[in-house]
Amino acid sequence: MSNYLLEVEHLQKHFPVRGSSFRSKLAVQALDDLTFGIKKGETLGMVGESGCGKTTAGRTILRLHEPTGGRIVYDGDILFDKEEKIAVNMLPYRKKMQIVFQDPYASLDPRMTVGDIVGEPIDIHNLCSSKQERYDRIIGLLERVGLNSEHANRYPHEFSGGQRQRVGIARALAVDPEFIVCDEPISALDVSIQAQVINMFEDLQNQMNLTYLFIAHDLSVVKHISDRIVVMYLGRMVELAESYELTMHSMHPYTRSLVSAIPIADPVEARKSNRIILEGDVPSPINPPSGCRFRTRCPYADEQCAAEVPEFREVTSGHYVACHHLDRVK
Amino acid sequence: MGKYLLKRVVLAVVTIWAVATITFGLMNMVPGGPFLSEKAISPAATAALEAKYGLDKPFIERYLTYLGDAMHGDFGLSLKQRGRTVSSIISAKFPVSAKVGGIAVLVSLLLGVPLGVLAAYKRGTAIDSTFSVLATLGIAVPSFVICTVLMYFFGVKLRLLPTLGLTSWKHYLMPVFALAAYPTSYIMRLMRSSMLDVLGQDYMRTAKAKGLSQGVSLFKHALRNAILPVITYLGPMIAYTLVGSFIVEKIFTIPGLGGEFIKAINGRDYTMIMGTTIFLAAFMVVMLLIVDIVYTIVDPRIKLK
Repeated sequence: MSNYLLEVEHLQKHFPVRGSSFRSKLAVQALDDLTFGIKKGETLGMVGESGCGKTTAGRTILRLHEPTGGRIVYDGDILFDKEEKIAVNMLPYRKKMQIVFQDPYASLDPRMTVGDIVGEPIDIHNLCSSKQERYDRIIGLLERVGLNSEHANRYPHEFSGGQRQRVGIARALAVDPEFIVCDEPISALDVSIQAQVINMFEDLQNQMNLTYLFIAHDLSVVKHISDRIVVMYLGRMVELAESYELTMHSMHPYTRSLVSAIPIADPVEARKSNRIILEGDVPSPINPPSGCRFRTRCPYADEQCAAEVPEFREVTSGHYVACHHLDRVK
Repeated sequence: MGKYLLKRVVLAVVTIWAVATITFGLMNMVPGGPFLSEKAISPAATAALEAKYGLDKPFIERYLTYLGDAMHGDFGLSLKQRGRTVSSIISAKFPVSAKVGGIAVLVSLLLGVPLGVLAAYKRGTAIDSTFSVLATLGIAVPSFVICTVLMYFFGVKLRLLPTLGLTSWKHYLMPVFALAAYPTSYIMRLMRSSMLDVLGQDYMRTAKAKGLSQGVSLFKHALRNAILPVITYLGPMIAYTLVGSFIVEKIFTIPGLGGEFIKAINGRDYTMIMGTTIFLAAFMVVMLLIVDIVYTIVDPRIKLK
């Protein structure tokens, strides 16, 4: 396990529901029992529909949300451990672990110039000794993400969505991090820009030897960029495997329906494919279904699924699934 | 920017003209006159006085004469304070009101903004609730109640503070408190609600991800974004507070412009009413212009056109 850069074990994040103090403690169970590792230089994709806890997972790993349970280990250092009551000061780790946010419109302070937005992390972590060095570094970062020096004195509202996301990426890169959580970095962008930004993420990874946790709800994008993919449903992991393995030999009924929804460019092929359409809506995370959380929408569900939480187990080498009825699904 | 300023100045002149015209008309419709008193004066004397001040002329003629003079900066003689011009009264009384009011403005800013930030930051705690109750009190309790309660306790019962005049710093304490109670409470509530809004913004999370400490991000990122409503309120508030409050000035016997204004209305001192109204209107227009210019400094997204 030691070859992992980041490891999380049984990570949990429950948000208390306000105004519910009279009843037994209600909580939005946004994230439960998240356990995985990311190797150095790897890209782990994370997919799932909206509200499944992907964003919460990303933020909780960076402790932008304080976890309510579990353990986070980064490069051998324990950042958080509920049982041992460890919660270290994150400041030195903010230099190593960064995040690119989903919404490039809201995540940049509208009162600061782009130069200051990118420069602020440099100041916080005292990375430059002189003004000239700081300026050169900012310009270098902007150029690295496809912007140029004259953009430094402008404000975020003067940029397009794609350019703003580049600013957000430059900001994340400003501290020369090792690990970046990409929290749906392209979902707010035009399709024409998405490919550019995805390619930029890949180039940056090669140049700077970065490790990514790449969160998205679009499986075809995640498949393209990721080495391995984890599929989330209602705050829990349902399947984790190598990219190719997961899309070609998906086992969990939920993953299969996601994979079947990837658009196929060839209309003849597309007509032949069997789309699995799920019935119903995602249940409330305040009161999730007992046992397997997917059972309310699963065509294979039975009493066992309601009674027991399926174990997240390794079925074939490196391929983990949480399902009671794998034999039947096949 | 130059073109914008020119436009605003033209608009300001129009605004002040409109205020002057409406006031002149309303004033004329109010029954009574400056020379009516309990002791009857002979009709001949009244007629002579009216002729001296031009009050015997028809309404339109008086209005045009007044506007003509006012445009040359001549606001005429006070009808009640014999021998003194309106301008000299305003320039004598305004600094008194402005001094007390200015301190009150500073106090309400220096207290209201940090307390509002603190209340937002500590949302839902006892601190927040306490401040909320205090702010509601500050807004709901009228200033004459605050004045009399203060006066009763600190002036009469405890004999700690003087109750009239403005001769030492101690004299300022109660009037300033009474004047600042409302704006402080109002600024605190404005600050709290806009701060709550900003604290939920994504860029606050970005600041956290950068590794910025909470205190710094609160004042560097959040305050700058949340201060705008306070600036909006500050413009008119400064104008009103500096010109002086009739109630506070009356109760604490402060010889300021607020008291003078009410005295003029009661005495039908036409020229004095016009003078103080135009003065307040002009002050207000200037403050609003300053607020608009400050906007562009605080928020780069706002451009004046």
